[in-house]
Amino acid sequence: MSGARTQRINTGRAIFLSVAFVALVTLPYWMSGIYYVNVSSQILFYAVFALGLNILVGYGGLVSLGHAGLFGITAYAVAYLLSVGFGHTLAVLLALIIGLICTAVYAALSLRATGIGFIMITLALGEILWGLAYRWISLTGGDNGINVRTRPSPFGFDLNSATVFYYATLIIFLLSVIAVAIFVRSPFGAALMGTRDQPRRMNALGYHVWAIRFWACLLSGLLTSIAAVLFVYYTQFISPQTTALTASAEVLLMVIAGGPATLLGPVVGAALVVVVKNVVSGYIERWNFLLGAIFVAIVILMPEGLVPGVARLWRQGRRALRRRRGAAAVAAPAEPDR
Amino acid sequence: MTFWLVLTVNSVTFGGLLFLLSAGFSLIFGLMRIPNLTHGSLFMLGAYFGATFIIGVFGVKMNFWLAALLATLVVAAFGAVIERFLLRRLPGDQSAQVLVTLGLSFIVADFCLMVWGGDPLSVETPALLTGFTRFGAAVFPNYRLGIIGVATVIAIALWLLLDRTRLGAMIRAGVDDPDMARVVGIRVSQLFTIVFALGAGLAAFAGIIGGPILSVYPGLDQDMLPLALVVVILGGSGSLLGSFVGSIVVGFIYNFGQALLPELAYFVLFLPMLLVLIFRPQGLFGRPMS
Repeated sequence: MSGARTQRINTGRAIFLSVAFVALVTLPYWMSGIYYVNVSSQILFYAVFALGLNILVGYGGLVSLGHAGLFGITAYAVAYLLSVGFGHTLAVLLALIIGLICTAVYAALSLRATGIGFIMITLALGEILWGLAYRWISLTGGDNGINVRTRPSPFGFDLNSATVFYYATLIIFLLSVIAVAIFVRSPFGAALMGTRDQPRRMNALGYHVWAIRFWACLLSGLLTSIAAVLFVYYTQFISPQTTALTASAEVLLMVIAGGPATLLGPVVGAALVVVVKNVVSGYIERWNFLLGAIFVAIVILMPEGLVPGVARLWRQGRRALRRRRGAAAVAAPAEPDR
Repeated sequence: MTFWLVLTVNSVTFGGLLFLLSAGFSLIFGLMRIPNLTHGSLFMLGAYFGATFIIGVFGVKMNFWLAALLATLVVAAFGAVIERFLLRRLPGDQSAQVLVTLGLSFIVADFCLMVWGGDPLSVETPALLTGFTRFGAAVFPNYRLGIIGVATVIAIALWLLLDRTRLGAMIRAGVDDPDMARVVGIRVSQLFTIVFALGAGLAAFAGIIGGPILSVYPGLDQDMLPLALVVVILGGSGSLLGSFVGSIVVGFIYNFGQALLPELAYFVLFLPMLLVLIFRPQGLFGRPMS
């Protein structure tokens, strides 16, 4: 009985995922206009960023408010290295390494605490990184930022084309989703969720709680850095705004709105935030107001996020329907007896 | 010599402002176990309201101190509303409460931008404290000395409130052991509202009396919140002495850093915080953070 039900859910899930996959692969053919293809690219690299943050927030129970700082480090590193004359391959590789080293330092400092302490330390670290980006003018150009003049052509594909950029982003996005899916099912993923739910018990079982969290931070930082490389090539410009608390809050909103500790929640959240931001900012300037309001509303009204929230409503609806049908079936044969 | 003396007075002045800001932050943190991320916004809101009352609403211009008092009361009431109607709905879920305060800070920042626009407002120095005082070759604006005085008076009043009154004893009990405080009949949830309003009022007051020095501009909240964070991480949460010492230290580092290493001032500001985190994570005067 329950086996059949799980099977049905799995079939439904498989159908949904295949449809989504086909839709994503064929997107440039049915989506009209370069603008929308570009918005889709944005959704995909922000989804990679959100997937990275979700490892900490969802699976690790560690709410980081400084991830835009890490994102900014890699993006600035790419832009800076390119501006001083490095080639694309070397600049990207070095930037990823710099991003990982900084993530390691970030993790070592912020994992001095968990819970609220972790939030505060990551917030402070994010503010430091913003302050450096804003005021260390000789390195970062201050408020003027750094321009990235060219996009690379990996394997002969010219990323200047919106469609090619979209496909490159899609490939990286799919690899990231697969990587996170493997991670969640791995013993390491299970151990991380263990440290989220029962840190003391995990410690008593002989797990090194700190080390597990540290490696989770690095994995999160790697995805963040990869997203940052895509971001900086997409916008071809980096400024302190990218590292600000607002940016950290935006990506956290993606995770929380979509559903923390779910594989597809951050992706749905990224789509929601990017679409609302792009569409709404076309009409009004008050994007931050809306961001704050959505944030407060979701935290208070649907704390589990949209994906689990909608799934719950869907299940409840079906159960109610079945119960009504079941009640009718029971009621019908009962009547002749009376 | 004069340069150092002026810099020192500026540091102490800024430390006094920071103390007003962070004392409430620290108390809220100590009692409710959440960093109130709207604290910078409350500071900015106080400054904007105060500036508006001084410029005049509906043709009624106000005296600086009356405006400061009124702005403090308005923002304190706003703080009480936040606690009662938003944070109260998420009992015991501290991460969610932090996120609500974060969302609110964006709403407030955008609200201020909408109402007061993007141009900075300057606040006139109150008539009583214009002019300068000379110490040898050094000249100090009276207003900066006045801030030091006001901050000292409030620090003493806060200490008396916490140390000598029944309410203070209840707050201290709530900070030390909220469950036990409930058992002996203290309504801790009511304390939450009182402390939140008190903290909000102090932040707003700091905002308006800081107005003549800092002026009021969009982004003031984002400039002040990290400073309050640093003070509380340095000094330890829930400790008045901690936020006092932390404020003075941060005031000095901030002013000296800006004068000596302008490009890295922000970074220098956070260095002592990192050191404290590495060697004494609970802060200089605090108990371990959970």
